[in-house]
Amino acid sequence: MEDAWLLTLLTFDATLRVATPLILAAMAGLFSERSGIIDIGLEGKMLAAAFAAAATAYVTGSHWFGLGAGIAVSFALAMLHGFACITHRGNQVVSGVAINILAAGLTVVLGIAWFHQGGQTPALPTEARFTPIIWPFAEEIGRIPILGPIYRELLSGHNLLVYAALAIVPLTWYVVQRTRFGLRLRAVGEAPEAVDTAGISVTALRYGALACCGVLCGIAGAYLSTAHSASFVRDMTAGKGFIALAAMIFGKWRPGPALGACLLFGFLDAVAIRLQGIAIPGIGEIPVQAIQALPYILTVILLAGFIGKAVAPKAIGMPYVKER
Amino acid sequence: MRVTLIAATAAAMLTAVSAQAEEIKPAVVFDMGGKFDKSFNEGVYNGVEKFAKETGIKYREFEVTNPSQREQAIRRMAQKGANPILGVGFAQAPAIEKVAKEFPKVRFTIIDMVVDLPNVQSVVFKEQEGSFLVGVMAAEASKTGKVGFVGGMDIPLIRRFACGYVQGVKWANGSASVLQNMTGTTPSAWNDPTKGAELARSQFDRGADVVYAAAGGTGIGVYQAAKDAGKLAIGVDSNQNHIQPGTMLTSMLKRVDVAAYAAFKGAKDGTWKAGIQVLGLAENGVGWALDDNNAKLVTGPMKAKVAEAEKGILSGSIKVHDYMADSKCP
Repeated sequence: MEDAWLLTLLTFDATLRVATPLILAAMAGLFSERSGIIDIGLEGKMLAAAFAAAATAYVTGSHWFGLGAGIAVSFALAMLHGFACITHRGNQVVSGVAINILAAGLTVVLGIAWFHQGGQTPALPTEARFTPIIWPFAEEIGRIPILGPIYRELLSGHNLLVYAALAIVPLTWYVVQRTRFGLRLRAVGEAPEAVDTAGISVTALRYGALACCGVLCGIAGAYLSTAHSASFVRDMTAGKGFIALAAMIFGKWRPGPALGACLLFGFLDAVAIRLQGIAIPGIGEIPVQAIQALPYILTVILLAGFIGKAVAPKAIGMPYVKER
Repeated sequence: MRVTLIAATAAAMLTAVSAQAEEIKPAVVFDMGGKFDKSFNEGVYNGVEKFAKETGIKYREFEVTNPSQREQAIRRMAQKGANPILGVGFAQAPAIEKVAKEFPKVRFTIIDMVVDLPNVQSVVFKEQEGSFLVGVMAAEASKTGKVGFVGGMDIPLIRRFACGYVQGVKWANGSASVLQNMTGTTPSAWNDPTKGAELARSQFDRGADVVYAAAGGTGIGVYQAAKDAGKLAIGVDSNQNHIQPGTMLTSMLKRVDVAAYAAFKGAKDGTWKAGIQVLGLAENGVGWALDDNNAKLVTGPMKAKVAEAEKGILSGSIKVHDYMADSKCP
């Protein structure tokens, strides 16, 4: 009983770790899409940030410089996206795909040229990573039956970026729903001409949204390479940007539900990892393939049956042309 | 007429000379990962470098950075007159098969895969024997009686690693259990260190305290997780002990450097032969790594036990089952 409880908690613990980049990227996408800019390039921004963070942290020996570099690179790519599809009114999907391809290629080429390890960066020493933060009295409180392990395993012992990601969700909600910037952001995604009529610059607002998007993607990337693992490996985002995008749409472009969707994806991933190779009473050992398909099957079921219609911001994907 | 005759004689003489002491122009095509990948390709690099230093013969090289380059690179080497051409890794097999048919006079060597052509030498390893040995060490080092295995892509080759490992563990400690995980079923499973770390953690949570990764780049995450959790890890292919000193119990060595060296050396000495070469423990093709980084972790009794296992495999009293022979693991 005690063991099963602990195993459940450890699964939730893993859920948080796996879901962190998804949460950050989903919030990033939310800012961008709420302002009316489709962002397929979450994946590429995260990948580029992961590389920049790992490379900088390795060279300088500080994860803070790594985080800074990750954010800077991701920010620059977000601005590039803005330049292409706000200033020049290019196709937003094409620009996003271009960023993904650029990041996938450039990280490997630079990695090979700088570190000669086949596109990887050297493993970071412990000092140059975000390490787990153990909460006070974790051991002592952890001995309390049932509730103690929740504190010790689930709450304590994550790195700073995990907590940051969880804090960013209510922050995003507050910014989008309760501030002037947020109101204008939502308006510009629904009816940019109305915002323009009110004398507010659509261009500046959308650039602002992309700036938030870039910063959050940068943190997500830095988490992957300097917190969750200790080096950059080619294509290490492995589709997480797209999953985050799906989670955001799942959550109907709202921070709370999007968080729920990210946690669900993270949970399914964590369960898939733990179910592998374990014989379930009555069923026996489930093949690897079946377990790995589980998240996708559930996604389809949930999308088809439970989520209902997701309505995108009205002006999404359309470049704004000022009427003369 | 006379001119032709002289030319013919000269040509005949040239061939005669080349048959005795061959002027070879060796070439190597590294696979994805590059020659400094701290693993498979780097092993090949060390082998051909050794050859180049010993003989003073320079070799051509190419590092494949995307899958479509494999065939082009190998064909270009052949067109430029390179001979023999060394291909690294199972992924190059289709490319070598195609180019080898186009250039029947050029000698090709492929490591880790079998290509059945009269001008191709295929070098494969008995990974199950090396895995057996590190399995013995894992069982000896484990305090909980549970050890883990993290594979990359779920293919028969990796099952062969897993199967040998399990046999080794059980041989050393009949009551020990092995937790097995595969990272995925697509090639991205070779390069997913975060998933590797999560898999390793889940095995640690279930009580494992030594984990063996045969998963390419994914292994880096496994070793990191082992270090973070204060457990032991076992590397693969080349000596990976230096990646996490103090955490790496040992590495299962596949002596690709020996194979690469032998391919070039054989061509130079005229002993190169087409066909399949299987390198096992007896041929020094597989083994386990011991160096300064893990000397403290490997105890005397452990060494004795592994030596016993080695002796058993060499004498034939221990039969290590090959998963790929019948797709089953006892």
